[in-house]
Amino acid sequence: MSATAVTSAPPPSAAAPSSRPAWRSSGALGLGIATLWLSIIVLLPLSAVVVRSLDGGLGAFWDAVTSRQALAALRFTVLVSLATAAINVVGGTLIAWVLVRDRFPGKKIVNALIDLPFALPTIVAGLTLLTLYGPRSPFGIDIAFTQWAVLLALLFVTLPFVIRSVQPVLIELDREMEEAALSLGARNATIFRRIVLPNLVPAILSGAALAFARAVGEFGSIVLISGNIPFDTQVSSVYVFKLIESDAPVSAAAVSTVLLLVSLAVLLGIRGFGRWGARHDR
Amino acid sequence: MTVDRRWQISLRIVALGYLALLLLVPVGLIFFRTFEHGVASVWESITTPAAIHAFWLTIEVTAIAVPLNTLFGIVMAIALARGNWRGKGLVNALIDLPFAVSPIVIGLSLILVYGVNGWFGGALSDAGIQVIFSVPGIVLATIFVSLPFVVREVTPVLKEIGDEQEQAAATLGAGGWTTFRRITLPAIRWGVAYGVVLSVARCIGEFGAVSVVSGKISGQTETLTLLVEKRFANFDLAGAYAASALLALIALGTLLAMTMIKPRREEGDA
Repeated sequence: MSATAVTSAPPPSAAAPSSRPAWRSSGALGLGIATLWLSIIVLLPLSAVVVRSLDGGLGAFWDAVTSRQALAALRFTVLVSLATAAINVVGGTLIAWVLVRDRFPGKKIVNALIDLPFALPTIVAGLTLLTLYGPRSPFGIDIAFTQWAVLLALLFVTLPFVIRSVQPVLIELDREMEEAALSLGARNATIFRRIVLPNLVPAILSGAALAFARAVGEFGSIVLISGNIPFDTQVSSVYVFKLIESDAPVSAAAVSTVLLLVSLAVLLGIRGFGRWGARHDR
Repeated sequence: MTVDRRWQISLRIVALGYLALLLLVPVGLIFFRTFEHGVASVWESITTPAAIHAFWLTIEVTAIAVPLNTLFGIVMAIALARGNWRGKGLVNALIDLPFAVSPIVIGLSLILVYGVNGWFGGALSDAGIQVIFSVPGIVLATIFVSLPFVVREVTPVLKEIGDEQEQAAATLGAGGWTTFRRITLPAIRWGVAYGVVLSVARCIGEFGAVSVVSGKISGQTETLTLLVEKRFANFDLAGAYAASALLALIALGTLLAMTMIKPRREEGDA
């Protein structure tokens, strides 16, 4: 393709760069400014968290991270985020399946609504869930200020991740393979397990990892509905918030550093899934 | 794989039921609770001086953050899709950090740099500039959280369209700016638009990072989301619902814009 485009074009004049458009030479300046912007806005503040977390020395860092309340919050955060990711793996794949393979009136609207948790401010999401599943619940279901409420809030805000990651793969999936398996006498469960699922796994895992990362850091939707009870419903982000409010920025930075490490690990993991998915395509 | 009718229906019911209980009923209830005491009281509570100030502050912050990140996003996307430079993989990974980091950590990080005891705190207070517990801090936090959207939407579009047309324009003697304006920009405009819509939604809705750095001074550093929280904490439930309904309306508008832009972006019509 590109070869024909080049040969059919008139021979480049001596002044024009042979292989790259002229604007790319000015692109270096743009790239420099963009990288500087990224550094000032994102990298400088985050490095401040890591550096300042060691202001009191390694001992103080360790004490802040391993205090009973910090550990309890971190443990609950990781467990509830894992549960969120696991439910999303099943629920998200199921919803993606229904949205791609099923046909029913109003499907387009449902498909558009999936993105609502991305568009709705998290504090509104929290208030919303508290209204429906709190003390004034019209259904009589009151789970406010329990660990279930935290799980519910996290399920709300992470809903789109697995669905939006599985949907395009499912649309592209070659149905001939499934038909071939069917004609060879495979049962539905077998086809799903042996043919459909293996193709979806990278997308499901990367969606679940995104959901997990989001859940670990989530604050806005949890803060109203959790009641923030230490050793029970307190998550790490709310714990850090309390530390900042009680003017303990070094301890807050220490716990934040742990959260940052979790985020980084998940980011690297997602890139791994992405590569795996790309290889799987061939 | 053809699922039989009974399975198909039950899968559909499970999926839609889950969505209804998690999304539709709660958000519908917000509107119901907002308007159960009539429209007049709602209008009153979203037109108090504090509410009006919160609304305009939210708009102001968004109007600063989104254009800056759009510019950054387009430049960075071109560099990522077209360039071949050292450290590209690393920068590509770092751009996603704002998605992965907790908003509370983002707020804390700004305090540690620009706060009274922060790295630049002394120099800033000598110069008479207050960043934390003031509007600049809110702007910085908002720019931070909305930074990746445009880059992430535009980069795949640029890769998809390839650079043949750009090459041809350059060969025909078009300068850098002309090539960008006449060839690249029209091709990526819907990708940019989609990224802008996502950025706007995030900027308006940001709560965690902003709540750490704002100081929540009514009529000065209070954005709409902070107003919702404060009214809730002060037992002004009706007021909290009214402000929430306004934000939910903006969110529905965002969804509508996303739905309208998406097919055009995917067509990639140039």
